[in-house]
Amino acid sequence: MSDPFANRGNRDASIVNPRPAGTADGTRGSGPVQPGRAGDPFLIGEAMRGGYGKADILNGCTLAVEKGQIAVIVGPNGAGKSTAMKAIFGMLTLREGSVRLDGQDISALNPQDRVRAGMGFVPQVANVFPTMTVEENLEMGAYIRNDDVRATMAQVYDLFPAVADKRRQNAGELSGGQRQQVAVGRALMTQPKLLMLDEPTAGVSPIVMDELFDRIIEIARSGISILMVEQNAKQALDIADVGYVLVQGANRYTGTGAELMADPEVRRTFLGG
Amino acid sequence: MDLLNALVAILNFVVIPASAYGAQLALGALGVTLIYGILRFSNFAHGDTMAFGTGITILLTWGLQALGISLGPLPSALLALPLAIALTAVLVLVTDRLVYRHYRRVKAAPIVVVMASVGVMFVMNGLTRLLIGVDEIQFADGARFVVSVPQFKAMTGLDEGLALRTTQAITLVLTAAAVWALFAFLNRTRSGKAMRAYADNEDLALLSGIDPERVVRLTWIIATALAVTAGVLYGLDKSFKAFNYFQILLPIFAAAIVGGLGNPLGAVAGGFVIAFSEVALTYPWKKIAEYLGFEPASLLQLLSTEYKFAVSFVILIVVLLVKPTGLFRGKSY
Repeated sequence: MSDPFANRGNRDASIVNPRPAGTADGTRGSGPVQPGRAGDPFLIGEAMRGGYGKADILNGCTLAVEKGQIAVIVGPNGAGKSTAMKAIFGMLTLREGSVRLDGQDISALNPQDRVRAGMGFVPQVANVFPTMTVEENLEMGAYIRNDDVRATMAQVYDLFPAVADKRRQNAGELSGGQRQQVAVGRALMTQPKLLMLDEPTAGVSPIVMDELFDRIIEIARSGISILMVEQNAKQALDIADVGYVLVQGANRYTGTGAELMADPEVRRTFLGG
Repeated sequence: MDLLNALVAILNFVVIPASAYGAQLALGALGVTLIYGILRFSNFAHGDTMAFGTGITILLTWGLQALGISLGPLPSALLALPLAIALTAVLVLVTDRLVYRHYRRVKAAPIVVVMASVGVMFVMNGLTRLLIGVDEIQFADGARFVVSVPQFKAMTGLDEGLALRTTQAITLVLTAAAVWALFAFLNRTRSGKAMRAYADNEDLALLSGIDPERVVRLTWIIATALAVTAGVLYGLDKSFKAFNYFQILLPIFAAAIVGGLGNPLGAVAGGFVIAFSEVALTYPWKKIAEYLGFEPASLLQLLSTEYKFAVSFVILIVVLLVKPTGLFRGKSY
């Protein structure tokens, strides 16, 4: 069945705004926060099952990270890495499983309230406000805070001196690497307890990538837990306290970064020898 | 002397009326452009929101008049305006809850929402008719002129007179204040920046802890405030007739598109471009030509006033052909 009007109305920018809508359901309210379980890690997304349509993308995968540690998720394309991150952040409704943070079960919270609960998320793409200045981007990061944010902003500028010089420039005009720094800075402005990064080094040069990884280690040392999806698996596992290899939405291998790097099976299949 | 007379005539018959009309269009276009930028659709019900709000204002004005309360030289409608804005905003928020929220939740294509707004337009149109009828209503009270023609002639000794009506002066002052307040709000306050953030990237706004529903409500309230203010000023300046507000939708849309949809600065500029073109093309320039020493055989009127809506249309088409993003770059990237 071909559509005789071929979606023409939606391409007429004089009556509809061509900007894509958000993917998250902003109208969804939050449910109650439940107590966590004894002996939980700082963050755990346990036995998560769910997807966007009828077929599940996540098939019972479990991800956890301790306070101040770096957890890295690697795996082939379509393994559900980004989906797992979205599930932990509440942008995807889970059919089964739960997400627990800092001793509380937050499975029923919507993303807005998870930010208030202490989560920061940096998406892979479209992770800055392009027509707002760098400074305004950071201010929006601090939206939920009612205290003085200048000290945090100074910390972010210290962490990323390159963007400090461009604070009055629109974020959309920055280079890919600088944009990525603004994106991470924006998430840090909420003073999160957990920072989630979806492929922070996608599309940046190797030099910038090393630089970003150094910054990520620095952030973790300040006591913020990091959960990150990364394409550059070797470099990421190098800095990881714990690594997860996902395949088809389920855990295939789990171990410290060094263990996974040493595992010949993992090396052969996922790290290219 | 003749040159001065010509200038005064231009001021009196073109510049002042077009400025007042342009300011009213600008206020209307600002509301349209805000909704386009943030809620991603062109709101066809905007004109009827103006009509409904103005209807409420008139009822409240009558109430004030019956109580004997007035603002002296200023029209009493200004006193009724804030409450009318609040009541209209309640209606609009209820509409959002009943109609638009559903489409946001199911992530409907924006054209579907445009069509829904056409439905809302008809309902609002009917509500306005039930509320206040279809007749023409004059509701301006207070002093009629800031400067009247005899006063001006006595003051300057020129043959040509100049009148500045109170409603025109109020329109310009109120529009300047509203535009300033809106820009200050969008650029300096946390809520205003949150609205711009949402317009830039909905998901990222959500990730920053900005409540999208709050942004949506705020957008509706601000757009309604602008619409009702525009509607009341238009009604004070001319007269209130529900059908006129449906018709004014075309120049308002033209203004928003000419300026660049989604760009508030563009909406203001667009309002004045449309108004000056409309007035200049429908004004008979004969008198001014005579002052300048010509003896034209005709009225020198390029278009009869019945065709004034054609002006908006032609400008709209030219802009869409030549510079589809508008004079100022809009959001239609």
